[in-house]
Amino acid sequence: MHASVRQAVSVNVNPSTITQGREAAAPPTMRMNVSRVNFFYGQKQTLYDINMGIAAGKVTALIGPSGCGKSTLLRTFNRMHETVRGARLQGEILLDGQNILSQDVTLLRRRVGMVFQRPNPFPKSIFDNVAYGLRINGSKLPIADAVEKSLRHAALWDEVKDHLHKSAYELSGGQQQRLCIARGLAVEPEVLLLDEPCSALDPISTAKIEELLVQLKDLCTIVIVTHNMQQAARVSDYTAFLLMGQLVEFSPTPHMFTTPTDPRTEAYITGRFG
Amino acid sequence: MNPRLRWRKFVSNFMLTMTGVCAVVAVSVLFFILGYLVYNGGASINWNFFTKLPAPVGELGGGMANAIVGSAKLLLLASLFGVPIGFFGGIYLSEFSNSAIAFVVRYAADLLNGVPSIVIGIFAYALTVLPFKHFSAFAGAFALGLMMIPITLRSTEEFLHGVPRALREGSMALGASKWRTIMSVVVPSAYRGIMTAILLALARVAGETAPLLFTAFGNRYWSHGLGEPTASLPVMIFNYAISPYDDWHRQAWAAGLVLLALILIVNIVARSILSRGGTVLR
Repeated sequence: MHASVRQAVSVNVNPSTITQGREAAAPPTMRMNVSRVNFFYGQKQTLYDINMGIAAGKVTALIGPSGCGKSTLLRTFNRMHETVRGARLQGEILLDGQNILSQDVTLLRRRVGMVFQRPNPFPKSIFDNVAYGLRINGSKLPIADAVEKSLRHAALWDEVKDHLHKSAYELSGGQQQRLCIARGLAVEPEVLLLDEPCSALDPISTAKIEELLVQLKDLCTIVIVTHNMQQAARVSDYTAFLLMGQLVEFSPTPHMFTTPTDPRTEAYITGRFG
Repeated sequence: MNPRLRWRKFVSNFMLTMTGVCAVVAVSVLFFILGYLVYNGGASINWNFFTKLPAPVGELGGGMANAIVGSAKLLLLASLFGVPIGFFGGIYLSEFSNSAIAFVVRYAADLLNGVPSIVIGIFAYALTVLPFKHFSAFAGAFALGLMMIPITLRSTEEFLHGVPRALREGSMALGASKWRTIMSVVVPSAYRGIMTAILLALARVAGETAPLLFTAFGNRYWSHGLGEPTASLPVMIFNYAISPYDDWHRQAWAAGLVLLALILIVNIVARSILSRGGTVLR
């Protein structure tokens, strides 16, 4: 596996950059590998030959201007793109060395969870929202314990422990988003995808979620789409810059934001467009 | 004030008054009908009306207990038949079908909704009365159920369409199958709306007479079982109103009042469910 992985990664990632800095000692193991991914909505191509690896136990950020395909790319990682009619994916995406496109989609999504742009709690109680994933998976664990654990991981437990049976809609937007994170964590995914999770939130809620993401690295691998470069710089270990469906640059975050190799990356992160 | 402006103000005020008058007329029709029913039938409503069988011709008194129970039986059976078909059909239409099939089903449902109830009655007669050579509650319920299908189907579809896409995606992203997502997240989100629509469909067919005339037919006594001709309030009203007896006329008015009251209650309950449901769907 590793030989082919390296090969795939090397197309866009300069191996010298990935071993710089903190990771100099040992190259990270890859949780997911994306190779030669092309993506189409009907006739329109929105991703061009994407190759990248998602390092295990790290936060990888996808940045780029609106419409660059960063959300589309993220949604291919748990095949959410299949819910859209006319969407077509070419290429290969490996999760722990196995192609996700040939797996059962419901099993895949249990392993690769997702948090969306706007908080989308179910019209159920706080408890039932978190328990939902456990129940549909027929979990043998004591559900109440698992719910508490997930809410603690999402740094929401102390705020909701006295009213777990209230409707999730009574929570604030930031709390709802953390509830959605708890809901995603409850099924113990290997990878958690976050699609601009803070774009509908106020700065304080955003700060809480960013803090949370850094802690969650110990539990799972995180991929976050963000239009906010500062956010990418704050929370991520690796950053991928996409532009018009192409992966322009992919490197360790400190490297990306201090010494970008591609002039387009530099132009974007210095605010000349986007 | 120049004449032009004065004219414009006049037109504006005139039209405002006109629309107001029309609105008042529309509302007052309901109260006029109610008042008329109470005036003519109120006196005949007493305990006997709800507990006794119809009295033989020439004898005063008696009630319509059998028709009230009969109507309830017919509506229950009709719901058992029509609601599941409409509900699951609506789910298919909203969640699974491609746009071409959806168009055809939607169009057919709208047409079925527009089929005159007497035609539904003849159809049910041919299908469920002629082969068995007798009228029955089953036949009446079949006719009423047919009328409930398109209403339930279309409103289920519409309320499901109103459920935000984000909720479906949230559930699918946890590894829920499409069916699981629909039953555990989508339908519960639209549940109040769908319930309301079903109650309104029920209220709508509760007053139907034409489809029952030659299916459930009518019965002056208790019907033993669902395979027998069964009395119902609307048919009772019809039969009593065209009779030559004054006492029967009064009872027809009373039956009309009871029927209207029942339908109004169902309507009010349905609407209160819907208004409480406003917070569920953001």
